[in-house]
Amino acid sequence: MQQLGVAEPMRECEYSQISTRSSTPMETPYKKRTPKKRKWQAFPGRNKFYCNGRIMMARQTGVFYLTLVLILITSGLFFTFDCPFLSVQLTPAIPVIGGVLFVFVLGTLFRTSFSDPGVLPRATPDEAADLERQIDVANGSSSGYRPPPRTKEVVINGQTVKLKYCFTCKIFRPPRASHCSLCDNCVERFDHHCPWVGNCVGKRNYRFFYMFILSLSFLTIFIFAFVITHVILRSHRQGFLNALKDTPASVLEVVVCFFSVWSIVGLSGFHTYLISSNQTTNEDIKGSWSSKRGKDNYNPYSHGNIFTNCCAALCGPLPPSLIDRRGFVQSDTPLPTPPTNGITMYGSTQSQSHMAAATPLMQSEPVILTDEASLPGRTSLGGPCSGALPLGGQPTPPTSTPNLSCDNGMLPLRNDHSEALHHHHTDGVHHHFLTPEEAPSPPGMLPCGSPLGHSHTIQGFYNPASQDSLHEDSVRGLVKLSSV
Amino acid sequence: MSTEFHNLQELRHSVSVATKVFIQRDYSQGTTCRFQTKFPSELDSRIERTLLEDTVKTLNSYYAETEKMGGQSYLEGCLACATAYLIFLCMETRYEKMLKKISGYIQEQNEKIYAPRGLLLTDPIERGMRVIEVSVFEDRGSSGSSHSSSVSSGGSSQR
Repeated sequence: MQQLGVAEPMRECEYSQISTRSSTPMETPYKKRTPKKRKWQAFPGRNKFYCNGRIMMARQTGVFYLTLVLILITSGLFFTFDCPFLSVQLTPAIPVIGGVLFVFVLGTLFRTSFSDPGVLPRATPDEAADLERQIDVANGSSSGYRPPPRTKEVVINGQTVKLKYCFTCKIFRPPRASHCSLCDNCVERFDHHCPWVGNCVGKRNYRFFYMFILSLSFLTIFIFAFVITHVILRSHRQGFLNALKDTPASVLEVVVCFFSVWSIVGLSGFHTYLISSNQTTNEDIKGSWSSKRGKDNYNPYSHGNIFTNCCAALCGPLPPSLIDRRGFVQSDTPLPTPPTNGITMYGSTQSQSHMAAATPLMQSEPVILTDEASLPGRTSLGGPCSGALPLGGQPTPPTSTPNLSCDNGMLPLRNDHSEALHHHHTDGVHHHFLTPEEAPSPPGMLPCGSPLGHSHTIQGFYNPASQDSLHEDSVRGLVKLSSV
Repeated sequence: MSTEFHNLQELRHSVSVATKVFIQRDYSQGTTCRFQTKFPSELDSRIERTLLEDTVKTLNSYYAETEKMGGQSYLEGCLACATAYLIFLCMETRYEKMLKKISGYIQEQNEKIYAPRGLLLTDPIERGMRVIEVSVFEDRGSSGSSHSSSVSSGGSSQR
């Protein structure tokens, strides 16, 4: 530790100035500089946001609208054409119950579709660098031509579970999390991506999804049964064909309900089984916990009995969203790993222009930096540098560039092959998908192996100002000094 | 101009983050939120082992309480379902209340224990509940002995 004796007495009062809120000091004067942008606007995943970040959906929402239209039209026809007859002939409770079911179905559908399924925010550059360093240390820096697959093993309740490293999000995925390639997010307790609700189904919206399909099954059966009843009652009086002529809408309703019942009721049954055994669709398809894999294979997450599993899934505590969509972006907040489609980094553009202005003085900066204690793992290899590099004159390590372009090239390939852990949920048709063990290592990894090794030799040489506003302040101070 | 110079000296000698140490999640008990109580070796010289371990253990116990599936959470879940989740427009979930309590605890720990030692804990919720980020602050006072006089003057002005 480099501390001068004279600095020692200062230490107390300096540290007492640290803002104990997690925001870094010296941020407040600069809040006004950066435009007020909400975090959802800079979200790196492939999601669509509405109502200023309150609503979050997947990119492809066409099928969701189809679902909505089908439900609305069928229910609308039921209430308009069948209910008047039935409420008179049988009981007015029919439209009431139907109404309650309908409202419940729509409520849970919207809740499933519009809420955050449990997206894990991407790693900040510091975290990513730290993890990379740990992986390199674990594997040995000269890991050969191809870096080994990044996995971590952990024993959960007696079962060995492999945690995989997500190259897009730059994190080790928690157990049961999976990366959805459609939404380009890691989702906690990932069940599946459902096009019918236009969103992923994960930890935070699984119960709404289940209640949606359950209530929809009831609604479908309800409508089906009472439309048939309606037609039968009418045909007693008028004959079958006349009855059909009087209520043509009933035919459409019966057809829609008939085809829906099989799939939706089947799905409800399937998910009831999953809930009672505390598995995700993902795990069930892969047979992760099936006894066929081995005698000692069991589900470490199950609570033991069906009742507890059901209660836990449906009535357990609901964790809040981790991505804070409506929060404001702080320019000094560590930026998450940037998206590969080049969404601009708000903070860095400001700071990089300052860096450019301070270019002549930057040459002296590295001298000071290297005199200090070396800063391990401070190199940010992600996007904040990508804005800086073209500005020229920066003392950036040249090997960062190939790493970035390589990174960009590599990701889509990885997404196609090894990240295909989701499955498209289409009425029980299960697509085959590749597990990372089966998928070949993308050849794009080969040239990337070495730059990753090189970049770690650059220690604290270039400190991206977007991460460290104090550094920015120092630079600005230098600029002022030069103008004296 | 002199004030700018003074500010610059303060900046140059003010704290800056030298390194960040991450305390990772401990998944050995499943997906419930727990952090590893293993003491990171980088902090050996900065803080006593027991202090950090105590903080992490307390945080773990708070998180365990948050995710505990007991009568109260079931009641809340059923009530919420019965009111079509509209009740959450008026009141906070138990989880959110606990998270606020945890934030307060972390802030208090920072003020009492970590800031005097040049460390800062970041609330895990701001890092996606993946890590407890410990920022290690280093004094940049070593940038030049010629500034030592202004260092002490800067120091006294801050008192």
